[in-house]
Amino acid sequence: MRASDLLCSRPEGLYCPPGDFFIDPVRPVARALITHGHSDHARPGHRAVLATAETLDIMELRCGADFAGSKQAMRLGETISLNDVKVTFQPAGHVLGSAQICVEHRGMRIVASGDYKRQPDATCAPFIPIPCDVFITEATFGLPVFRHPHPADEIARLLKSVEQFPERTHLVGAYALGKAQRVISLLRQAGYERTIYIHGALTKLCDYYQSRGIELGDLQPATVEAGGKEDFAGEIVVGPPAAFSDRWARRFPDPVACFASGWMRIRQRAKQRGVELPLIISDHSDWDELTETITETGAGEVWVTHGREEALVRWCELDGIAARPLHLVGYEDEGD
Amino acid sequence: MRRFAELLDRLVLTPSRNGKLTLLTDYFRNVEDPDRGLALAAITGDLSIAAVKPAMLRTLVTERMDPVLFGYSYDYVGDLAETVSLVWPEPPGHHAANIRPTLADVVGALQSASRSDGPRVLARLLDRADISARYAIIKLVTGGLRIGVSARLAKQALADLGKVDVSEIEELWHGLTPPYADLFAWLEGKGPKPETAAKALFRPVMLANPVGDGDLERLDPADYAAEWKWDGIRVQAVCEGGIRRLYSRTGDDISPAFPDLVEAMTFEGVLDGELLVGDPQRETGTFSDLQQRLNRKTVSAKMLDRYPVFVRCYDLLQKGGEDVRALPFLERRARLENFVRRLDPARFDLSPLALFSDWPALEEMRSNPPHPVIEGVMLKRRDSAYLAGRPKGPWFKWKRDPFTVDAVLMYAQRGHGKRSSFYSDYTFGVWAGPEGAEELVPVGKAYFGFTDEELRQIDKFVRDNTIERFGPVRSVRADRSHGLVLEVAFEGLNRSTRHKSGVAMRFPRISRLRWDKPAGEADRIETLQALLDRTIDYSETETRIS
Ligand SMILES: [Zn+2]
Ligand SMILES: [Zn+2]
Repeated sequence: MRASDLLCSRPEGLYCPPGDFFIDPVRPVARALITHGHSDHARPGHRAVLATAETLDIMELRCGADFAGSKQAMRLGETISLNDVKVTFQPAGHVLGSAQICVEHRGMRIVASGDYKRQPDATCAPFIPIPCDVFITEATFGLPVFRHPHPADEIARLLKSVEQFPERTHLVGAYALGKAQRVISLLRQAGYERTIYIHGALTKLCDYYQSRGIELGDLQPATVEAGGKEDFAGEIVVGPPAAFSDRWARRFPDPVACFASGWMRIRQRAKQRGVELPLIISDHSDWDELTETITETGAGEVWVTHGREEALVRWCELDGIAARPLHLVGYEDEGD
Repeated sequence: MRRFAELLDRLVLTPSRNGKLTLLTDYFRNVEDPDRGLALAAITGDLSIAAVKPAMLRTLVTERMDPVLFGYSYDYVGDLAETVSLVWPEPPGHHAANIRPTLADVVGALQSASRSDGPRVLARLLDRADISARYAIIKLVTGGLRIGVSARLAKQALADLGKVDVSEIEELWHGLTPPYADLFAWLEGKGPKPETAAKALFRPVMLANPVGDGDLERLDPADYAAEWKWDGIRVQAVCEGGIRRLYSRTGDDISPAFPDLVEAMTFEGVLDGELLVGDPQRETGTFSDLQQRLNRKTVSAKMLDRYPVFVRCYDLLQKGGEDVRALPFLERRARLENFVRRLDPARFDLSPLALFSDWPALEEMRSNPPHPVIEGVMLKRRDSAYLAGRPKGPWFKWKRDPFTVDAVLMYAQRGHGKRSSFYSDYTFGVWAGPEGAEELVPVGKAYFGFTDEELRQIDKFVRDNTIERFGPVRSVRADRSHGLVLEVAFEGLNRSTRHKSGVAMRFPRISRLRWDKPAGEADRIETLQALLDRTIDYSETETRIS
């Protein structure tokens, strides 16, 4: 059987004709398999949803209890059959509950990676490479310029800055699902034991992570009590990046704008956003992780989606691997 | 190297002056010698490293990776140094951490590399460094850290570190050399103040502020003495204990280019004056005559004969062993008159005072100076001490032609026709923004109108200092410590919404190349804005007439 008979792109998203299901569809469909809870992958309104228990919980937190007609939880490593197509979920190392979806039928195996990373992350299960015929990779950071440093080094720079500027608040921009919790977890791993203040938009997800046994320490809402601005001098406040341009950000004394994102690798990006302390912390693979993972899967063919396809396709060609961009629309990269 | 790289990255993104000072003092406090001193030298522009051209950098990287992938990367990032630092492949079998080079390793390797060896040495360093260190290394070798920190701000950070006044650092500065171990020892209270060692040091020069609108109305003419502002280059002649030095006003030692003058420096003391060409008794040559003598490493006998130089003295800073800078101007002036009388009259004369009764009379003198090589008048408070820098109030300069501005070359474009092989079409800018974070804003564009020889010189400058190319246009290195100053003459100014600077020049032309002037001392946008306010009536009048 040909790979394109097992998975192909439709306007709704990646479709499996023999199994009659979609992976991360962008429009409502009858049956959807969801890799992870970021809003561009996990949309409400499908009739049946198959995902890990954590992803289902996160979808419920973000979209309400009736986000789908029926839900079925998949355990990582578990295989089920859908119309004779074998489907296995394996960890993707991206955010809590994230999975790669392996689809196998008549000797053809395709792995849809969703979003993934290879750096260690205490807030989710680590990526497991799956040998396959076709590997569908994301390419959010699919250019040789993206080389993520060790996140511990980035956190060390943040803590050093907190020491250097004790009269200022360090406002750390981090996306609500995954990044925020990872930054907090990294701070705890670095021995930072003080209270960390969080924006209201992070509360539900941080609570959920903690309920799943992920240690985030003492978190408090970043609201100004009677004492006023100086309460936050020398403190770390974590919030969604969008909140930084709001009036919310003005309550802090002379804040140092920090932003935890893989995009912060490019100085111009940091400058444009007015970021004073860029923290290069990403939940996506960098160039080296992408190319090493492709090699590791042993795939003879690679489909590239979700980002900058051209460079990764070029790299595969140089390496003797068949590759093509897979044009799927509707993914906006919420997570980095 | 890592801490230096981190410092550069943070300085670029830190907008506030205080934030920058904190980062700098922390760095100087926590980093050991010689790295901190080398970092200081890199920031103040006192580190000399042979430059590597952007094209060479590109060659080095595309020898190591697929050019197509490099092309995608460069297109995305847009900055060559940054792209190369990111994509540079670590050599196979590389075990990083324990052999990362220090800043001293990097500077040492680069300074001892021969010209032909340079690229290979650079590549080896890049192999050993991590990404942010690679970026810093490339910035060092391509010139121009562009971190928004002036030498002055770096010295302020040193002053903060040692809790001394910044003028003390300025005073010492020109006697010091990287990596400044003695300076740091003194600032940390571990060593003596390092001033006593060297002889014939440069003294920081006192500079004047331009006369602004309404300035004179607030001043009493009786408090001020006036003298002519001669159109040469400002110099300081120092003789101490048998050592003779001629300094430019930025403290560069230019003695080797002027052996004729140095030979006549038989005094003991420090003089401030204007370097001019000619014979003070008979004639004073023009600035273009003087240019024949500037920027030369060696000088021929014919040059010495045709373009002899002399100093027209403005001030006396030191007389024998006595530092007279704290005395009032008129008392220094009296000593100066006596002092100059004893010097070789072919090489030294006195800049005469211009007597005036009131501001209108001075205005008249300024507009109709008695000599073509005068470019305006200087006003000096009779009781002013000689102070480092540009203090507000004691000294003013009032230039003859208000419609010239000193701007910095930013972009050059190839000319047309006969000059199509030269970069003869220039975009220039003036400084804007707060102290320590100045940026150039373009204010106009003009063609070059001078001799072929000068065209060749500027063309060479453009080629040697190209940062980036877009088609026929080259972007030229232009920062506070490095850049070519152009004196631009123009007919008037209009307000402009099209230009970021808010002003547009009418009929700009480049009247002179100021090789002698540091880029950091080119004019600021406020100078043009003030002019705009004064010339606005003029342009309205013109509209009415037409
Ligand atoms: Zn995604
Ligand atoms: Zn994602």
